Amino acid sequence: MARDQKSEASPLRAQARRGRGFALEGSSPKGQKRAFGPPLNPPGRRLEAEELEQIPHVRAKTPAKYAWAAGTAMSRFLDELKNGKIIGRKCATCDRVLVPPRMFCERCFKPTTEWVYLPGTAVVETFSISYIDTNANRIKEPILVGTVAFDGAPPHCGIMHYFGEVEPEKLKIGMPVEPVWKPKEERVGSVLDIRYFRPQKKT
Amino acid sequence: MNLTKIRKDVAVVGAGMTIFARRLQETGKEMSWEAAKMALDQAGLTLKDIDAVIVGSAPDAFDGVHKKGDWLLDGAGGTNKPFMRVFTGGGTAVFAPIAGWWHVASGMFKRVLVVCEEKMSSVQPHAQSAFAHIWDPILDRPIKPNLVWIFAMEMQRYMHKYNVRYEDIALVAVKNKRNAVGHPCAQLADPNITLEDVINSEPMALPVRRLNISPPSDGAAAVVLVSEDVAYEHTDSPVWIDGVGWCIDTTMWTNRDLAFPKFVARAAKMAYEMAGIKNPRKEIDFAEPYDPFDYKELQHLEGLLLADPGEAAIMTREGKTQRDGEFPVCPSGGLLGVGNPISAALGIKIGELYWQLSGQAGPRQVKKEVRTGVTQAWGDLMQFSSVIVMRRR
Amino acid sequence: MLEKIGKATEARHWLGDMEADHYYYSAGIAGEKFFVALRDEGKIVGAHCTACNLTYVPPRIYCERCFAELGGKSLTDVGKRGCVAAFTIAHYDKSGNRLEPPESFALIGLGPRTTPLLHKLGEIEPERICVGLEVEAVFKPKKDREGKITDILYFRPA
Repeated sequence: MARDQKSEASPLRAQARRGRGFALEGSSPKGQKRAFGPPLNPPGRRLEAEELEQIPHVRAKTPAKYAWAAGTAMSRFLDELKNGKIIGRKCATCDRVLVPPRMFCERCFKPTTEWVYLPGTAVVETFSISYIDTNANRIKEPILVGTVAFDGAPPHCGIMHYFGEVEPEKLKIGMPVEPVWKPKEERVGSVLDIRYFRPQKKT
Repeated sequence: MNLTKIRKDVAVVGAGMTIFARRLQETGKEMSWEAAKMALDQAGLTLKDIDAVIVGSAPDAFDGVHKKGDWLLDGAGGTNKPFMRVFTGGGTAVFAPIAGWWHVASGMFKRVLVVCEEKMSSVQPHAQSAFAHIWDPILDRPIKPNLVWIFAMEMQRYMHKYNVRYEDIALVAVKNKRNAVGHPCAQLADPNITLEDVINSEPMALPVRRLNISPPSDGAAAVVLVSEDVAYEHTDSPVWIDGVGWCIDTTMWTNRDLAFPKFVARAAKMAYEMAGIKNPRKEIDFAEPYDPFDYKELQHLEGLLLADPGEAAIMTREGKTQRDGEFPVCPSGGLLGVGNPISAALGIKIGELYWQLSGQAGPRQVKKEVRTGVTQAWGDLMQFSSVIVMRRR
Repeated sequence: MLEKIGKATEARHWLGDMEADHYYYSAGIAGEKFFVALRDEGKIVGAHCTACNLTYVPPRIYCERCFAELGGKSLTDVGKRGCVAAFTIAHYDKSGNRLEPPESFALIGLGPRTTPLLHKLGEIEPERICVGLEVEAVFKPKKDREGKITDILYFRPA
């Protein structure tokens, strides 16, 4: 075993612990003396926001544009959204209805076999009340967002979407919800053909 | 899987890191060199002693450089050597050293340098815009999500299912930001932070508030891994990597229960089996789980099988996870206190285990005697985990 | 196994872009020395590693071969004259648009055992360019320099 090869006279060991980072005393980022463990005197030149334009730098754009193919399963899913319907794809091996649909089951690693329409109703799987938008800008009116688990699909299976027609404090995990569709002529085959999910109306 | 017949034991004999800050003037290459040089100096090695180099770095979209691995190469010391880049999102911090580990454990290489770098300040106006590309372009992006949302949703689900109180979660942020006071690289150390400060901080995506989140950072870190054949040439106190594990769950994140990270448990079981650990709660002395958000520390402790679901919050409330507690967690100050330059968290995960287990952590040294520690990182679209068990023998 | 798509229009697409507005690249510690010298003094500086007898242009804070620190003392003025080590004559720009007249780009060695610098060539007919051609840097007027590689307009025959 390695322990037997211990050698005090190794020249490598003599070099050890001489470098930066192993002085006895460190200074904190703010400059006052403080007791630290290693890594002592760590390198790094902190930049303040006002220095950004003073130091040499380059700003550059990355104007790449993309067209993402929706693929076989998702194309049908988007088409059905245009029709105001939620569709899943069934795996005959594990008997799950996959939503969003896939042409293969990633668990069984076999092709899925059958298209299955779902009622569209769902329960709130989880949610957040967001005071920031996609670019981390602060917003006054919170976005209610979360994931839903569709009725007729296995537990926890659904999509991410917005919630509406509900007070933020009334939104709860497990709450039955239903999609609110855009008028048919405004639908384009997008997840946004659903405006949001709202609490199911008692009938 | 054969987790028992590994050819060579692998030890950590040096670690280094830069400060973590919102912005560093250094280029990514310069940061990589600074961290790598510090790790080599501690190991008493020069670059020519190194047989192979691993670079870990998260999306190219942060630095704004394509093929970031070979771009960082010269600063990471990889010129004219066997070299590879690994990337598993946030999990890279612990996965890059696993890649280093298999280079040595296989018997192919005696001394390997692992360097992780992140420069999140390059992308403008905010690192958020780079995160947008991790979402499914057809299903998720039209909803215009913010990365914080998935954490908020996961935290909500976690609190709901296991009946966890927000106040107990917030205590993790208090603990880690205070622990970070002892860390010279820390970006957000705060000796005076209170539970009220966290609870009253700005709402981001509720239940997540500003102080529940670790800050984006620039930084680099490095470790030197050596084979058992040469470990004692470098140090009296090598710290051994005795178990590694990793696992990834489905990318269809809206098809999973987010409350419990099963993939963390699978990765942990793999690492424990390799390390011969049968009862992790008795045999492991402290932990550095991945804590980009405060609830993640709790969820990961449970995923690492160190607490029952929901129990980690109680351990925190009772003070057991404090640095002087019976099971210290994130004595480094973690991502919440030291900062979160994605892959460079290597320095406060593997680095901290190394410094703690070799008794070098100074004022950060945990009170009880420690022989075995576990660290873990988590990433991709909330689906990947890497785990390393380290021991002093 | 998969259903065939008959018409191309049935293949759905989702259009988008990389949402980052732009990137801010700091020139770094060594880069600051290089660009400030370029801007303020009209000088090209490199960093010399004595162990490897190699000069990096632009300078770095480390030697990539031996990992030695290349601090302020290793900075050296490599002058404005050098030799073309390699070149290309571009007839199209990066977007595929025809360049009229064509532009010439070269790797220029500014001294022996010096890493070459990529730049444009100017004031020369493309057919006269050859490896080994002696060239010198032409700078922008001082008032127009902004600490960027384009502070050098091009290299021309010396």
